[in-house]
Amino acid sequence: MNDQTPTHDERVAGLKGLGSSRKRVEDARFTQGKGNYVDDIKMAGMVYGDFVRSQYAHARIKSVDSTAAKAVPGVIAVLLAADLAPLGLHWMPTLAGDKQMVLADGKVLFQGQEIAFVVAEDKYALADALELVVVDYEELPVVVDPFKAMLPDAPVLREDLAGQTKGAHGERVHHNHIFRWELGDKPAVEAVVADADVVAEEMVYYHRTHPCPLETCGCVASMDKINGKLTLWGTFQAPHVVRTVASLLSGIPESNIRVVSPDIGGGFGNKVGVYPGYICSIVASIVTGRPVKWIEDRMDNLMATAFARDYWMDGKIAATKEGKITGLWCHVTADHGAFDACADPTKFPAGFFNICTGSYDIPVAWLGVDGVYTNKAPGGVAYRCSFRVTEAAYFIERMIEVLAIKLNMDAAELRRINFIRKDQFPYNSALGWEYDSGDYHTAWDKALKAVNYDALRAEQTQRVADFKAGKTRSLMGIGLSFFTEIVGAGPIKNCDILGMGMFDSCEIRIHPTGSALARLGTISQGQGHATTFAQILATEIGIPADQIVIEEGDTDTAPYGLGTYGSRSTPVAGAATALAGRKIRAKAQMIAAYLLEVHDNDLEWDVDRFVVKGVPERFKTMKEIAYASYHQAIPGLEPGLEAVSYYDPPNMTYPFGAYICVMDIDADTGVADIRSFYALDDCGTRINPMIIEGQVHGGATEAFAIAMGQEIAYDEMGNNKSATLMDFFIPTAWETPHYTTDHTVTPSPHHPIGAKGVGESPNVGGVPAFSNAVHDAFRPFGLTQSHMPHDHWRIWRIAEQLGLHG
Amino acid sequence: MKKMHIELTINGKQVETLAEPRELLIHVLRERLGLTGPHIGCETSHCGACTVDLNGKSVKSCTIFAAQANGATITTIEGIAGPDGMHVLQNSFREHHGLQCGFCTPGMITRAWRLLQENPTPTEEDVRFGMAGNLCRCTGYQNIVKAILAAASELNSAKEAAQ
Amino acid sequence: MITNAFEYYRPKSVAEALKILGEHEGEARVVAGGHSLIPMMKLRMAQISHLVDLQDVSGLKGITVSDRIVIGAMTTQAELLASRELAAAAPLMLEAALQIADPQVRNMGTIGGNVANGDPGNDMPGLMQCLDASFTLVGPDGSRDVKARDFYQAAYFTSRTDDEILVAISFEHPKGGYAYEKQKRKIGDYATAAAAVQITAAGGMVSAASVAMTNLSDVPVWSAASGAALVGTTCGPDAVKAAVEAMLKDINPGEDNRGPVAFKRQVAAVVLGRAIARAWSRV
Repeated sequence: MNDQTPTHDERVAGLKGLGSSRKRVEDARFTQGKGNYVDDIKMAGMVYGDFVRSQYAHARIKSVDSTAAKAVPGVIAVLLAADLAPLGLHWMPTLAGDKQMVLADGKVLFQGQEIAFVVAEDKYALADALELVVVDYEELPVVVDPFKAMLPDAPVLREDLAGQTKGAHGERVHHNHIFRWELGDKPAVEAVVADADVVAEEMVYYHRTHPCPLETCGCVASMDKINGKLTLWGTFQAPHVVRTVASLLSGIPESNIRVVSPDIGGGFGNKVGVYPGYICSIVASIVTGRPVKWIEDRMDNLMATAFARDYWMDGKIAATKEGKITGLWCHVTADHGAFDACADPTKFPAGFFNICTGSYDIPVAWLGVDGVYTNKAPGGVAYRCSFRVTEAAYFIERMIEVLAIKLNMDAAELRRINFIRKDQFPYNSALGWEYDSGDYHTAWDKALKAVNYDALRAEQTQRVADFKAGKTRSLMGIGLSFFTEIVGAGPIKNCDILGMGMFDSCEIRIHPTGSALARLGTISQGQGHATTFAQILATEIGIPADQIVIEEGDTDTAPYGLGTYGSRSTPVAGAATALAGRKIRAKAQMIAAYLLEVHDNDLEWDVDRFVVKGVPERFKTMKEIAYASYHQAIPGLEPGLEAVSYYDPPNMTYPFGAYICVMDIDADTGVADIRSFYALDDCGTRINPMIIEGQVHGGATEAFAIAMGQEIAYDEMGNNKSATLMDFFIPTAWETPHYTTDHTVTPSPHHPIGAKGVGESPNVGGVPAFSNAVHDAFRPFGLTQSHMPHDHWRIWRIAEQLGLHG
Repeated sequence: MKKMHIELTINGKQVETLAEPRELLIHVLRERLGLTGPHIGCETSHCGACTVDLNGKSVKSCTIFAAQANGATITTIEGIAGPDGMHVLQNSFREHHGLQCGFCTPGMITRAWRLLQENPTPTEEDVRFGMAGNLCRCTGYQNIVKAILAAASELNSAKEAAQ
Repeated sequence: MITNAFEYYRPKSVAEALKILGEHEGEARVVAGGHSLIPMMKLRMAQISHLVDLQDVSGLKGITVSDRIVIGAMTTQAELLASRELAAAAPLMLEAALQIADPQVRNMGTIGGNVANGDPGNDMPGLMQCLDASFTLVGPDGSRDVKARDFYQAAYFTSRTDDEILVAISFEHPKGGYAYEKQKRKIGDYATAAAAVQITAAGGMVSAASVAMTNLSDVPVWSAASGAALVGTTCGPDAVKAAVEAMLKDINPGEDNRGPVAFKRQVAAVVLGRAIARAWSRV
């Protein structure tokens, strides 16, 4: 009979559900070298493909001679744009409504651009053949500066768009212009700025960088000519989207395409887009009838796939003399490189940059964004952030600091004066978002207290005095950041990718013996979905997380979903999971009622069972119900226990947090030592605290890298100067600071379990914390703005320009 | 180019294969010998994803020709666990959430395994310095360091108990 | 990244290695740890048809501390760090080796490769100049010794000829205080600027000083004038200033991703000042 021995608390603990720091189920295979990443795939007859890439940033391709390459033993094919043209595949659509060359069609527009795809029996013949493809270039003038690109006599980059005055997002005003996007009330803002007590103006640049996951992008394409089925394994953060795009481009029915994301070695936005390597591998497999593997190397990765940021943000912030903000004006010059291949939901060409009013109650705002082509790599992906949110957070958190300087006010106090109050939620921002929930003052006070803010300021004052007295060459910076994220893309009314609404999905099967399988449309790249989604479900359906298997990433089995990026998995797929679980539970309740011979309404849910109200010894566990659902004919009910949910979120979620970084800076060498980093995150309901903390450590480290040295740099000729890990800054354990994490919990009112998502908050909030610390160290000496990255020489340059080197 | 005959002792087993002299050790391990635990991350000896143990030392197998390793004794991540199951370090990485995407993990654990033999009682600073040849993009290292320190302490307790 | 095809050799003796070099003049190169050469080969910036691996050549490994300190060219950075004898006799070597690359790279990278490659980013060449080391080269015509201070001609160009092999490095027991001070962007990076300093004192004054700088020119820079500026002083602020000024006249840094020339000159000044102070404190 029923087992009543475990107590309520023991049963809750046994589920390892919401709130449990459950250990990850993924780890057993990863710690033993048994992960299955795309480059681990080996198939009979598999051949290898790789690109001949452009040496130049802008050049006409006069000819390509592949005779010598084809003569290398083992070389099977050399594909050029002309070979793809009959199939219409020499260009492909981007996720942002532009198109991109798959292989150079007459000219190249950035260094590293794909010119020819060579296929060979092994990677040695392939490497030798790549060297032997002779490309005859005619160099053209190069533009790497988006402001110069918009000059009237700038070279024409996109000749394919000649005469097109309309793009995917409206009017193009110049031959190198992509779009203009405007929001807000411009006359109102201009009036406020004209009349304000104080206006702070600044150009804030968020430099070009790159997500650079440790695993590069790659795929294996296999066209089975007998049954007409194409299988594509690859590093895809959105496998279903890849399937749809592949079908639209190739004409193969979507039912005959299977896209599989195996284990992914980090994504951070790099693996959202569709790259020429995928297209060429598919074509090569169709042509050769053999599986084709393409894996980019690190230089390819840093030169050609998916940069991030490169936003020039010109701002004006108006306030009363007491510090109450009265208006915000922002114009962005967005450098998208050679093609507008940013991974944005297409309704918003600048993503969610209109979250740039931040955590503040700003009555009026105006935003204008102009997208511009340059001779740099295409992209504009959301590197560990929701689309363009990290740029927006950096902009407003710099503008607040600049305003504090102008007002001669403490920046912590200025934030406090302007925060949206708890009672204002749900809050409608001047640029059109409805913030779901927040309690900023509580979080801010907790953070300032935790770091002993007043004592830090006193210490800093003493340090400045000592510096001026010649007793030290070290300065101290206190970097404040309060951010509001906008994640969980997103409501179909707001968001789509190539016209597809950004819902997500979950399908659950309960097995007769009471274990379960759940499949989702998302794909983990290290976030631990197999662990946390099982926790959500465990709490919903009362089956221990250890008995729930989560599957993702195979389009033949998983329900359609839009993938994992922009911290959308928990807000969207997590909600779908909870709701599918509730469907299971609803049916389970009917089964239990039948078995217990009571009315549905006479039952109540208790952790893992339905209990007859007021009769605690009469119950049916989920395990018993599952068995019954398959073995007993229940009048009016179909056998089995399965459910599917497709979730279109009613709103975005708005995680927030307070980060404070303290650093010591050597004014002579520019070396910055991070003394401490405190991170308070409010991501609503916390599913797995251990994983949340890990996400914060990782995201903050990426923020540290970006703020303090990581960049994709070009010289005037468009040569990429940072294409190896010698020059592209990824800190080691030695340089990386230690993090102190903290939290408050303000659940999302519209999410089924109140969760908001966290993976990207530390990057969004971390970058301004580090950058503001650098600025803050030099504030007493007159610095208002200095662009990132704050590597040693640029910090040194600040001191030099302020005359601190004597 | 003519292939060379290469003999290695890998994870306690003698293996032989033919390879061109220019084949890198990481490629021979992954593609000829089926040991796909060690990964390729940067190809310029910066990231350490390809770390294996060669004659008792941690090395980056992307910057060694298999020919140079001919005759060597090699341990990869696949050889770290014992007959009784996972090594203390492997459990510790799981226990302390010292991994996320898992791509750097094999190199990370293989390096930590040697580090704890070189220095069984490291400080946090020793661990951070000793692990500085391995990059991780996910964890921010904090839990990796924690996992290694905890493993060191567990291994030392086990050693004391045995004595 | 895959190198061009090559023939691989693993000779047992210097004579055998020299013979292979002679047979493939201009197309053969020796490889020690390979951590400078192999990345260049993978980028196909170095195309070598005959690769001569020195790992089995007898007599190229090991550290001997007697009248002079002699280090076999195939001794790895890790072996330098592990040698208590060397740490006692020449602690500067230990301090510097810890600042080179990372643990895995130090397990493969050799002192011979580091000094012979002529890469201005490498740390050992400057260090060897500071210690006034000699490099023993063996070629078809026998053996010769070249002073580290005379060895470097330009980036990747040294006075070693293609048919010679560097077999050992030797230097006298360094005396007095020492310091190696290096600024870099991260572990694994080359120096933005680095200074090696060795100071001896007599009667409370500097009796001799040697100063060498790394990655501040296309060759390592041993600044005789900088060392001379310290002699006869107590390393007070004026003396340090003079030494730094003398050093700044001898370096010629170029702009790169680490920063512009003016920045590098200032960092060079700071690291040298710190190195002098630390060396003097250890006299």
